[in-house]
Amino acid sequence: MIDRRQLLSLGGLAFPALGWAQAAASAAGRVLVLVELKGGNDGLNTVVPYAHPAYAQLRPSLALKADEVLRLDGALGLHPSLAPLIPMWEKRELAVLLGLGYPQPNLSHFRSIEIWDTASRATEYLDEGWVARAMSAGLRDSARFTTEGVAIGSASLGALTGANAVSLTNPEAFVTQARLVRPAAVQGNAALEHVLRVESGVLQAADGLRGQGAVTLATEFPSHNFGQAVRATCQIVAGQKGKGGVPVFHLTHGSFDTHRGQLGTHANLLKQLAEGLAALKAGLVEAGAWERTLVVTYSEFGRRARQNQSGGTDHGTAAPHFVMGGAVRGGRFIGSMPDLDRLDGNQNLVHTADFRQLYATIARRWWGVNPEPVVRGSFDLLPFLEV
Amino acid sequence: MSTTLPARLSVADARHLLGRTGFMPSPAEVAAWVGLAPDEAVDRLLSGARRAQPRQPAPAFTREPIRPPLRAQGDVEARKEALRQLRADTVALAAWWLQEMRDSPTPLAERMTLFWHNHFATSVQKVRQAQGMYVQHQLLRYHALGSFRELLHGVARDPAMLVYLDGAANRADAPNENFAREVMELFTLGEGQYGEQDIKEAARAFSGWAVDRDAWTARFRPRQHDRGEKTLLGRRGRFDADAALDVMLDQPAAPRFIVGKLWREFASPVPDAAAAGAIAQRFRESGWRIDTALRELLLSEAFWAPAHRAVLIKSPVELAVGTLRQFEIQLDNAEALVGITSRQGQMLFRPPNVKGWPGYTEWITSTTLLDRKRFTERLFRAVEQPRMEVGRGMQGGVGVRFDAEQWLKPLGAWPDREPDAAARDRLVEAVLATAPVHPVPAGTVGLSYLRALSLDPAFQLK
Repeated sequence: MIDRRQLLSLGGLAFPALGWAQAAASAAGRVLVLVELKGGNDGLNTVVPYAHPAYAQLRPSLALKADEVLRLDGALGLHPSLAPLIPMWEKRELAVLLGLGYPQPNLSHFRSIEIWDTASRATEYLDEGWVARAMSAGLRDSARFTTEGVAIGSASLGALTGANAVSLTNPEAFVTQARLVRPAAVQGNAALEHVLRVESGVLQAADGLRGQGAVTLATEFPSHNFGQAVRATCQIVAGQKGKGGVPVFHLTHGSFDTHRGQLGTHANLLKQLAEGLAALKAGLVEAGAWERTLVVTYSEFGRRARQNQSGGTDHGTAAPHFVMGGAVRGGRFIGSMPDLDRLDGNQNLVHTADFRQLYATIARRWWGVNPEPVVRGSFDLLPFLEV
Repeated sequence: MSTTLPARLSVADARHLLGRTGFMPSPAEVAAWVGLAPDEAVDRLLSGARRAQPRQPAPAFTREPIRPPLRAQGDVEARKEALRQLRADTVALAAWWLQEMRDSPTPLAERMTLFWHNHFATSVQKVRQAQGMYVQHQLLRYHALGSFRELLHGVARDPAMLVYLDGAANRADAPNENFAREVMELFTLGEGQYGEQDIKEAARAFSGWAVDRDAWTARFRPRQHDRGEKTLLGRRGRFDADAALDVMLDQPAAPRFIVGKLWREFASPVPDAAAAGAIAQRFRESGWRIDTALRELLLSEAFWAPAHRAVLIKSPVELAVGTLRQFEIQLDNAEALVGITSRQGQMLFRPPNVKGWPGYTEWITSTTLLDRKRFTERLFRAVEQPRMEVGRGMQGGVGVRFDAEQWLKPLGAWPDREPDAAARDRLVEAVLATAPVHPVPAGTVGLSYLRALSLDPAFQLK
């Protein structure tokens, strides 16, 4: 009897996988999956400095014990709920970027995620997401994309704002319902223009996604919302073989706004996150796309180093994030951990890397476009990609 | 000085005023306002809204003894049952309110209550007490057109808000900044009008409030309150919660911030600084009278300017309720409306976060736009084939009552006949805030004509 996993790899060969994989080595075939941890994920309890004496002092009831954490080295370990990510770490397909933030940190959820989405300075307001700027910087000309981005769920487009992107929950339903839209020239006031632009995006995306109904993956996806968003992502990627494809996905998970009673909430959210990310890898491997996919987590900020008295944490600044994928130089930390003994005036961590370094690296190394217009300046790249 | 204010309201003017201040009006509703002077019309709207009372009693659960907190439930089964009850209660409450919106003769009262629900956004998802959401709803409803200052002070000690923004966890020896930050950023001043130190000081001023969950009341516990001196927004004193709120209201940014929000809700996407500033001053001078600010706004040049017609986007609640009002349609079951608005991104009592629903163009994504179109399409298909399901997942579908003949006749049209040119113009004016993008194909009969117009991109605008 053939076990299921073997059957899958046989099934995988039914696609003209080799030719496609070679074609996809270029930027145009690559996929970026952005996973937004909404509400501000507590970095210190995600990638835990378990060996640092200040950690337990700052968090009398929230600190995770040294024997609970999944140790990655002598200083840092993962929250136990993240166990499903350990195989990726061991296969060196997951790297941890430490201390991501930006100067003059803004502690408002809404403003700070806007800064991350638009890659602006803390003091400037931009309308376009950084992915839209990468499109204008040349990514748009590299392929005929089905649509420039897909946000799964009713989430805002985030970094895709300003690109020709769509949001959807279920790819098949999306294609069916697109018949309610008729082509029209974009015209009228800003509100009508917006409606018409969304309509034309729907028509284009539905054209590209049509005929994907047949894609069924054997991978099992978690039933929670994040797991189902992962399923839709894998379905679309699997169905795009040989077509222009969808270069960017935006998924969200949370809320990580754990002002009180953090321990249980956070454990649960991280468990769902890790289950979802493990299923994402399995689905993309099955779709033959893991090598050409880069998965990145991000959040508007980390949380206060010192816990509050409600068993939670208030808004903070720098935080670690994960990059995953077949092309990641993983199994290691990139950058350095913010110093727990040297907090800023609000008792927050001081960032050790700028989030725009992450974006600049994606622009240059993943997409082969000039990062300067994407992040509006020159930032040192981070060494987390093999390509 | 040239004025854009009409001397007397035309059909288009009346439709604009009623559409912006309520939910889309029916042709019969519009007719009752044609010929009034703008100030007569606005005063009539405001006095009606001030006197408004709900037509139906709120769901029975709002009058039952306060339900114990979910976490007080002993075992897993009891907790599950309590959670199911919470969901059912929330749906019942939202359905009751949506039906009020559908039937109210004073829709501005509902719109303003909804405006404050969005401004002081609080979600049952964290509060986990549907009766408490109703208590807050009554507070918002009571002050909807009254004193903003009283409303703000009331919200600051509303148990649902104390739970939602962790005010109930803020003690002298354990400050929690959540409410302190959001009250300045989102409720009074706006982002950038305060510093991180102001948040810390305000959090001290707000310390000491708790929620008695058995009675669902706020209680002040003096021993948990930080009585020390604080420096807030440049002022020094032993501020308590009320004093801190008044320090915030003394900032010039406060009236401007609120008027800016009213402007974007009712007039246009981008407030005119000078005009909004003048309204803000009147708002402040009137002792924070919301009806005064609204009257100034609705009688401003900007509100009536031709360039500002059809420049806003209907919220899901406006789209759903407005469509029913506009066509004088009744659904057999208001709970269907809860599902419809939720799928389109607006579940009452469950805003996405403390900033509320972002609104305007954010209402329209490919997901929500397709859902909005599906709603009107199914509505008219259901009329063409009675007993068809409108609300997905509703048992046996939802009955739709619409007397197409009765509705079309005053406009000179019939359900099964193609309208003539004059009737076509009247239909467009009744259904859309501006000209349709797509011409309706020749040979389309009255009822299908309405469906076609409701699917036009212009139907999303108000």
